[in-house]
Amino acid sequence: MLAASVPVATAQPPSTRTQETFGLGRAATTAEIEALDIDVRPDGWGLPPGRGNAADGAPVWERTCQVCHGPEGKGGTAAPVVGRAPNGRPPTVGNFWPYATTLYDYINRAMPRNAPGTLTPDQVYGVVAWILVRNEIIPNDAEMNAETLPQVVMPARAQFVPDDRRGGREVR
Amino acid sequence: MSRRTDSRATQTKRERLTRRDLLARAAGVVGAAATAPVAGQQSIDTTRRPGRGPNGLDQRSPFVTPRRDPSSTSSRTPLQDLRGTITPADLHFERHHGGVPEIDPGRYELLVHGMVDRPTVFTLADLQRFPATSRTCFLECSGNLRRGGPETLPQMVCGLTSQTEWTGVMLSALFAEVGADPNATWFLAEGQDAAVMTRSIPAEKAFDDAMVVYAQNGDALMPGNGYPARLLLPGWEGNASVKWLRRIELADQPFMTREETSKYTDPLGDGTVRQFSFVMDARSIITDPAYPRVIEPGWHEIRGLAWSGRGRITNVEVSVDGGNSWEQAALQGPVLPKAHVRFRHPWNWTGGPAEIMSRATDESGYVQPTWETLRAARGPNTRYHQNPITSWTITGSGRVLFGAERLQA
Ligand code: HEC
Repeated sequence: MLAASVPVATAQPPSTRTQETFGLGRAATTAEIEALDIDVRPDGWGLPPGRGNAADGAPVWERTCQVCHGPEGKGGTAAPVVGRAPNGRPPTVGNFWPYATTLYDYINRAMPRNAPGTLTPDQVYGVVAWILVRNEIIPNDAEMNAETLPQVVMPARAQFVPDDRRGGREVR
Repeated sequence: MSRRTDSRATQTKRERLTRRDLLARAAGVVGAAATAPVAGQQSIDTTRRPGRGPNGLDQRSPFVTPRRDPSSTSSRTPLQDLRGTITPADLHFERHHGGVPEIDPGRYELLVHGMVDRPTVFTLADLQRFPATSRTCFLECSGNLRRGGPETLPQMVCGLTSQTEWTGVMLSALFAEVGADPNATWFLAEGQDAAVMTRSIPAEKAFDDAMVVYAQNGDALMPGNGYPARLLLPGWEGNASVKWLRRIELADQPFMTREETSKYTDPLGDGTVRQFSFVMDARSIITDPAYPRVIEPGWHEIRGLAWSGRGRITNVEVSVDGGNSWEQAALQGPVLPKAHVRFRHPWNWTGGPAEIMSRATDESGYVQPTWETLRAARGPNTRYHQNPITSWTITGSGRVLFGAERLQA
């Protein structure tokens, strides 16, 4: 009897977009958002001002990256970032990365692994250009900046497809 | 039921007496050599000396020492040591890409911005004031298969899955609070670790069952599991449930982060690479008997776990003859959606070589595939989302070994 009258919460939310609000939290300031909003999208949205080419990136690579990734971007203790072997084996930026903007985003947020977040935008653009040149994706002297980087077409781009598994009998 | 009776009946009274005799002798050997063995007797007679009083934080018995198996990138839940469906918080698997950050809850903040009416910062206390929801579900790393040799523990085969009763706030409530733009189709979830982990998540998941959780089995989250707050995407690959959550940004397209392009994608046999493969397909594993056990002939209960990211497990079948014939195992209720469920199956091992294996079916009709079926569907290069049927072989002397040959080539 009692059980029937007690509302039982389930893990399923009331799935509606016009839910009530509770007046919790405080308004975020523009400065706060800018300080945290470091992501970069394929359309270039989020790329900061700055520039660099492979020649600018070479000393950055030597000083801060090659200890783990090797002087040529391969053969180090960390995964190779240079290589165009077919079939994405082993996967590298050259044969497996669909977007060049991801390089900026990832290196800026997570590399060098022992001191992430310490590179300036110019240094990131430079080292991104260095990696793209080594992978024979852009010309030696190409400058990477907020305009040019989103235009780089990566060799692996066309391979990526959305998940088509839907459950049911078929194993995909 | 009748099986159970049958296997009991095959043991003669004399055999049972012999075993009891042995147990009593084993118990007595340690400290009471001079006196007659007494069942349950300890090296120190616990009935003659008061034990410790109540304490502030309990510890496992010194005789109980389950351990995660840590590598440089992850630590794996000791599935062979657990008997229910909930994973103790200190044994929950860990996988992180920049180490475990130490976060002061008093300074913790979650920023929600992007395609919203009101960009908002929530403190931990704010999150905890929202209507709370508890949900029991599994969390599994999509890189959860090791193809070891015969001496491979369940923990090593697939210990990157664990189950928790999580408590937190529905993400849909946070989205309502900030006035999410109905045109937002994706959101970015970002962590506060040294990897500043980021994943793009379809906004639909926020209106389905995504949560921001701050409690693990009723207690605060463990540091390795995202303290003080993490995203929880029930049924989806663990990496997307971003830990140490510091920021959510709503957008109308995915961000194509490194962890959804270079990693956590699946190269298929036809040359394409499957992306945003979030859902964990149905899977099961026998956790007992398993390596390194040595079993004796007679009655055994085959026990294991089954789970599916697409909903409830509807059936688990067990084979004791290497997959030639299958029988239905019993499922221990309640069978929750997107949750580990226990299955059990009585087995009378008569002493000959045997191979035991389990196969899960979920409510979508999906049946856990063999390794060959998976390889045929995906080609040789996929690394994530490997959920093949795995087996344990029993040698004539009762050694239980991982069925490594099932996962060859
Ligand atoms: C201390 C060692 C170390 C240093 C120094 C380092 N890296 Fe890394 N890097 C790693 C490790 C380890 C990974 C893999 C991390 C993971 O999977 O979470 C990685 C991953 C990467 C990747 C992604 C590779 C892929 O295919 O997904 C790129 C790109 C990269 N590093 C670039 C750089 C650059 C540029 C620098 C210098 C600014 C640098 N790294 C410095 C260790 C290092």
